[in-house]
Amino acid sequence: MSRRSAFVTAMMVAGFLFLYLPILLMIAFSFNESRLVTVWGGFSTKWYGELFRNEQVLDAALLSFKVAAMNATGATVLGTITGLALARFGHFRGRPLLTGLATAPLVMPEVITGLSLLLLFVAMEQLFGWPEGRGVTTITIAHMTFSMAYVTVIVQSRLATLDESLEEAAMDLGARPAKVFFLITLPIIVPAILAGWLLAFTLSWDDLVITSFVTGPGSSTLPIVIFSKVRLGVSPDINALATILVLIVATGAVLYGWWTLRQQKRRDADVQRAIAANE
Amino acid sequence: MSAAPLRLREVIAWIRAHGPWRWASQGLRARGYSGRTLVTAIPYLWLLVFFLVPFLIVLKISVSEIRLAMPPYEPLVTWISDHVVGLRINFANYAFLVKDSLYWKSFLNSITTAGISTLICLLIGYPMAYGIARSSPAWRNILLLLVMLPFWTSFLLRVYAWIGILKNNGVINNLLMALSLIDEPVQMLQTNFAMYVGIVYSYLPFMVLPLYTAIEKLDPALLEAAADLGCRPVKAFFRITVPLTRSGIVAGCMLVFIPAVGEFVIPALLGGPDALMIGRVLWEEFFNNRDWPVASAVAIAMLFVLVIPIMVYQRYQGQQVGGHR
Amino acid sequence: MANARPENKSEPWKDPGAQPYVRLEKLTKRFGDFVAVDDVTLNIYRNEIFCLLGGSGSGKTTLLRMMAGFERPTEGRIWIDGVDVTATPPYERPVNMMFQSYALFPHMSVQKNVAFGLRQDRVADPEVEQRVAEILKLVRMEPYAKRMPHQLSGGQRQRVALARALVKRPKLLLLDEPLAALDKKLREHTQFELLNIQETLGVTFVVVTHDQEEAMTLASRIGVMNYGAIVQIGTPSDIYEYPSSKFVADFIGSVNLFEGRLVEDEPDYVRVASEELGGTFHVGHGVSAAPDATVWVALRPEKILLGRERPEGDGDNRVEGVVAEVAYRGDQSIYLVKLASGRQMRVTQPNTLRTGTGDRIRWDDRVWLSWDSSSPVVVTQ
Repeated sequence: MSRRSAFVTAMMVAGFLFLYLPILLMIAFSFNESRLVTVWGGFSTKWYGELFRNEQVLDAALLSFKVAAMNATGATVLGTITGLALARFGHFRGRPLLTGLATAPLVMPEVITGLSLLLLFVAMEQLFGWPEGRGVTTITIAHMTFSMAYVTVIVQSRLATLDESLEEAAMDLGARPAKVFFLITLPIIVPAILAGWLLAFTLSWDDLVITSFVTGPGSSTLPIVIFSKVRLGVSPDINALATILVLIVATGAVLYGWWTLRQQKRRDADVQRAIAANE
Repeated sequence: MSAAPLRLREVIAWIRAHGPWRWASQGLRARGYSGRTLVTAIPYLWLLVFFLVPFLIVLKISVSEIRLAMPPYEPLVTWISDHVVGLRINFANYAFLVKDSLYWKSFLNSITTAGISTLICLLIGYPMAYGIARSSPAWRNILLLLVMLPFWTSFLLRVYAWIGILKNNGVINNLLMALSLIDEPVQMLQTNFAMYVGIVYSYLPFMVLPLYTAIEKLDPALLEAAADLGCRPVKAFFRITVPLTRSGIVAGCMLVFIPAVGEFVIPALLGGPDALMIGRVLWEEFFNNRDWPVASAVAIAMLFVLVIPIMVYQRYQGQQVGGHR
Repeated sequence: MANARPENKSEPWKDPGAQPYVRLEKLTKRFGDFVAVDDVTLNIYRNEIFCLLGGSGSGKTTLLRMMAGFERPTEGRIWIDGVDVTATPPYERPVNMMFQSYALFPHMSVQKNVAFGLRQDRVADPEVEQRVAEILKLVRMEPYAKRMPHQLSGGQRQRVALARALVKRPKLLLLDEPLAALDKKLREHTQFELLNIQETLGVTFVVVTHDQEEAMTLASRIGVMNYGAIVQIGTPSDIYEYPSSKFVADFIGSVNLFEGRLVEDEPDYVRVASEELGGTFHVGHGVSAAPDATVWVALRPEKILLGRERPEGDGDNRVEGVVAEVAYRGDQSIYLVKLASGRQMRVTQPNTLRTGTGDRIRWDDRVWLSWDSSSPVVVTQ
């Protein structure tokens, strides 16, 4: 039944309100003159100014950005290979273990992953002398390990719906498997890979628990800074930060939505034209 | 040979036809390895080293003893004398977990809290997912985007937002006081209630998406056939829709339950000092008490408790993603 | 709709000295316990159009995929033009395939799609351009060279898929249900085009189809498949007029099958008594079977004469009945005639007279069915 009952519609609306109310409130209060965040004292943008003058926050943001970008790229490469292997390589020795290892990070509580990785780094430092101390390197490795799980799932699902006869046709025409991947498969699944990259970036940018375990002195990422601030209570410049983040994400989403809509419209027009001019 | 400059392609082709490349790839092929094996080995090795081995190390440290040094645990294997090596495996940490009520109470509380939150998530998320799946295609994409949007903004900040809403002079209390519905602020922050709200709020998108995927695959003709055969809508829902979307329900529940059990941020920000969640216990054991062995034991105990849900999840996740040959 | 003219067709399979172009030897494919292809041995000659005909699950697609190289045979060998290609991967075989879904690369234009195979062979640019233009002209898709696949209709995509597979001048072209996705009118038109292209280019075709009409039209020879094995190989008329088993008789076209006993067995004729018929068949060819054996007689509906009068002559090859159903098909009518034995017999008659004129046979009419002794075929399995 494509007709929706009133109950379902009401739940949907309620659900979305629930999801967005806190965000909207945060945005509203970022313009609050009063330092008592939840008591309205007039409109002001001063907290944005304070935010941009806060060196600690800016440094942390930059570090987070660098780590997230490196992580996203590395995780995308690893995750794409894993997704490809799971979707296309059929049964191979060690497949069940790879499946388990690749998807476990999706549900594993972060405290466990964080603790285990820290203990690994400590043991490695004792045995090999690397990694020396903990910082950007260890954070990036840790992030890549759990981000690649998300990329794997995205790429694997995309490949599962990709018609294998395209790849077979390419092989039939003389292309070796590696060429098939780079010339045919990859260009077609680029949107999925991009989505994976963005997801890995966001997860890394936002990660607190794992980062706290594996970080070292002088490597405070943005979430760590935010957490130490909000432990002490509500802080208005954090509201400003949140608003900026939401705006960036929302703009990205709107642009993406608009772009896909345009693509879809163009495709539909093309298909219509082809059918009409059918010979 | 002509005097014309050799193109790079030709040079590479020559190298590939002769010399080390051909020898190496033929050698490998002779041993039964293909390009595929090499390619798969890269993430495989990474995961073995950075995901699997760490768990073994956690296991090892959970049976060692604390000491005041860096790293703060005794080595397992020591030289007792010239030719004798000793292995010390100390189960005291595990005994400690069992004896001290803090730990198993936290476990219980974590599982209960996570369980209830998962149920609430399901009750809210299912109608949402259903509504989205039954919308027109244009709306569907927009709605999905709207569900995902909060997920892309900071998890930390969204939990933080609830502090401002739930605290004693927060939005809700101010509103209720302004409407003269209450005289004194209602204590909402630092309670279990706040944690439920936090978990449900943060994990709702994780519930909605797998549910949506499963519901979307459902053929509406099935429900029309049921109606045609005389089945009332509510009954049809429980006898047809729910069983057929089972894989989505299980995947969504596991995606919420398992990480929720080990949550740290939400109990730390929204829960009270006596909010006994095992994730927070682990954190404090590690950072505040600097007791790595006990923290490791807690981690192993958590894994023990969660291993079955994790396996259930992986089975259903495999079903959702789709087949392989 | 046209078959190739008889004077243009040689029949190399009848020549004991002819060398097969494609040879499949004892090919078997097992998936676990399931046997998809069962011990197939087959010779295909140059310039043939060989059709593998069977229902779903008959193994025809698996057999085709083994020839292309996408499935490794569990047992057996494949030779193409004298070379053992059993272990050769698909990108090294001189074989090209036209996929049922066409499998056009969605991110490449028609031109790039067709040029793809040539580029993999590192053919020089000018030659690529020329050959692509040539083949596009042959399939009449020249004006669409720059289009993208989603901008083409189904029939157009099919022609591009064909061009892409042919541009490399493969020794063998495999076609997987080439006409399945087309509507009826387009199908007939494309059958003719395919025949034309094959004759022009002189490529050996192997076509997989479940549609007998398609097989009958296109094929120089048909291999009928059932449960992974080839049950009969022959020209379309061989298969239709001389089926070797009940299965083949029933699979191709419609047929009346009667169980009976051999009562007379001579080198140039046999007589079969059938209770299901309520009479005897006098069949004008010899049969190798034990005396008194149970056999089946296959009789095609169009070979039966339908009339009100009792035919002259002796008692074989005739039976009386009542018209139970009439189906009007425009050019012909199909009659289901109920016999005294309870069985129904299917008879087709061309509608030589307009409806409403003359003495047309109608429901419940008593009629006599008769046929020539050259019409029935005896099958022993």
